[in-house]
Amino acid sequence: MSHAAVQQAPAPLPPSNGGQSLSHRGLPRWAPAGFAVLGILIGAGIGAAAGLDSKVQWGLIAVIAFLVVSYVTTSVVENQRQAKDRLATSVVWVCFVLAVIPLFSLLWTTISRGVKVLDGYFLSHSMAGVPSSQPGGGVYHALIGTLEQVGIATVIATPIGLLTAVYLVEYGKGALARAVTFFVDVMTGIPSIVAGLFILSLVLMTDTPPSGLLGSLALTILMIPVVVRSTEEMLKLVPNELREASLALGVPKWRTILKVVLPTAIGGITTGVMLAIARIAGETAPIILLVFGSNLINSNPFEGAQSSLPFYIYQEYKAGEVASIDRAWAAALVLIAFVMILNLVARGIARWKAPKTGR
Amino acid sequence: MAKRIDVSGLSAYYGSHRAIDDISMTVEPRSVTAFIGPSGCGKSTFLRTLNRMHEVTPGGRVEGKVLLDDENLYGPNVDPVAVRRTVGMVFQRPNPFPTMSIFDNVAAGLRLNGQARKSELADVVEKSLKGANLWNEVKDRLNKPGSGLSGGQQQRLCIARAIAVEPDVLLMDEPCSALDPISTLAIEDLIGELKERFTIVIVTHNMQQAARVSDRTAFFNLAAVGQPGKLIEIDDTERIFANPSVQATEDYISGRFG
Repeated sequence: MSHAAVQQAPAPLPPSNGGQSLSHRGLPRWAPAGFAVLGILIGAGIGAAAGLDSKVQWGLIAVIAFLVVSYVTTSVVENQRQAKDRLATSVVWVCFVLAVIPLFSLLWTTISRGVKVLDGYFLSHSMAGVPSSQPGGGVYHALIGTLEQVGIATVIATPIGLLTAVYLVEYGKGALARAVTFFVDVMTGIPSIVAGLFILSLVLMTDTPPSGLLGSLALTILMIPVVVRSTEEMLKLVPNELREASLALGVPKWRTILKVVLPTAIGGITTGVMLAIARIAGETAPIILLVFGSNLINSNPFEGAQSSLPFYIYQEYKAGEVASIDRAWAAALVLIAFVMILNLVARGIARWKAPKTGR
Repeated sequence: MAKRIDVSGLSAYYGSHRAIDDISMTVEPRSVTAFIGPSGCGKSTFLRTLNRMHEVTPGGRVEGKVLLDDENLYGPNVDPVAVRRTVGMVFQRPNPFPTMSIFDNVAAGLRLNGQARKSELADVVEKSLKGANLWNEVKDRLNKPGSGLSGGQQQRLCIARAIAVEPDVLLMDEPCSALDPISTLAIEDLIGELKERFTIVIVTHNMQQAARVSDRTAFFNLAAVGQPGKLIEIDDTERIFANPSVQATEDYISGRFG
């Protein structure tokens, strides 16, 4: 029956739009991949034939060949508009690859050189009594230092940053709010060494001995503007209708902010705080100035010199021995993993707390 | 329960711009009053002055008197938070709290005001959802997020949320404009039931709706764009639609302008 119906169907109408069909010849879906392979082959071929030493030159030739081949082929087989589209897509892809290369290269170098000495012993021992030329020793004291300094900085900076953002979005208007916004912007640009020097000037005035806490204070200065900025953006995303709905129920403004606005934005705020933590976890300069560094385990952040992961990396790398450079790479890997775990936790919290839309 | 609203000489401003000018009217308890008029004539602004939501807008400012029974809402020692507990509001777009379940949304008013006892809460939620004709549809999924409901259900959830705090007056700002005809019918039926307990004021662009649900109708208009909106007339709904006393009202209702 269906066969009969198909056979009786009228023949397709002749193209009516000036003899042009709506469909046209097209390249297969794998064409871009083919162009890429061709481009790389051309790059490698020309590079080898001309005897170019630099692999960067090979890469540049390959990129140009890829762009030219895809543009020309598409304009011949398809048409001019499709060719421009293909060219733009190709440029986007090339830029993406260029951006990703350093990232992967960095990760790969750190992992491949870092795993050499990274083990349970490395994570659980300090550098006490280990000369820099000898293998052994570990990162435990630096890990403790980073956790404590970053932890204290987070505890101080998060409430300040959060409340500043709440003020700016929910209450602030006029000159004061503009001034606060301006100074937060200025603070965002403070180099970490300047934050360190600021605390150091206070230290010199009061003759305080170095401690982890002083480092934390410098990190706090660096962290507050990041928390303010990200929280501000998140609070602005909360629809005004929710605030009005809550106010119209006779809920006071402070409870509306606490129970409706902040919970709605909590996912994004958490992510922002975690990113701020990731930023300060890698700071070296304030630690050098204020915490001094130490090879011994000092788990009291309020008294005496401590170490931290970035400082440890700097110290071990400067020592210049084979064993110490291995330790520097391993510590770098630990620092990257620390930041990565924080980010994963933040994403988890954001997903868990995000407003639910499920039916 | 169900108080009379008496407005006299009320003007509202956005910064220096006067949005509505010198409005006086009386809204009887246990009745439905509809506000109609072209866009931008200040219906919603006027509605928002009735529970002091207008001043939430930056630059918003009000002159004049609104008496709720005998108390002036704009008196010197009046707390706007207390006013809003007495005069509830339903908005144009359904706006359930996205972080809260259906149950928590309805309980939000009581819970956020800190006057909730756990044992009572379940009763209040059930009563309010029944009052909003939503109970049968959601009773098996009270713990699901409120944003998972359909648009019409969300709007009825918002009505349940508004009546859970037992206000005296319920203001509705185009509650059906985002809904399909079936959901609109459900809300209109609900308004008919709710007027037994509350004083209801509803803004609508749908004149059939005003004719169907309201006892009295107020027509607002503005002389030109940028001019403040004015109350042209308020009368029984039948009279407004059959035999209005002002020519502009008849022109608007019969579709000759606006």
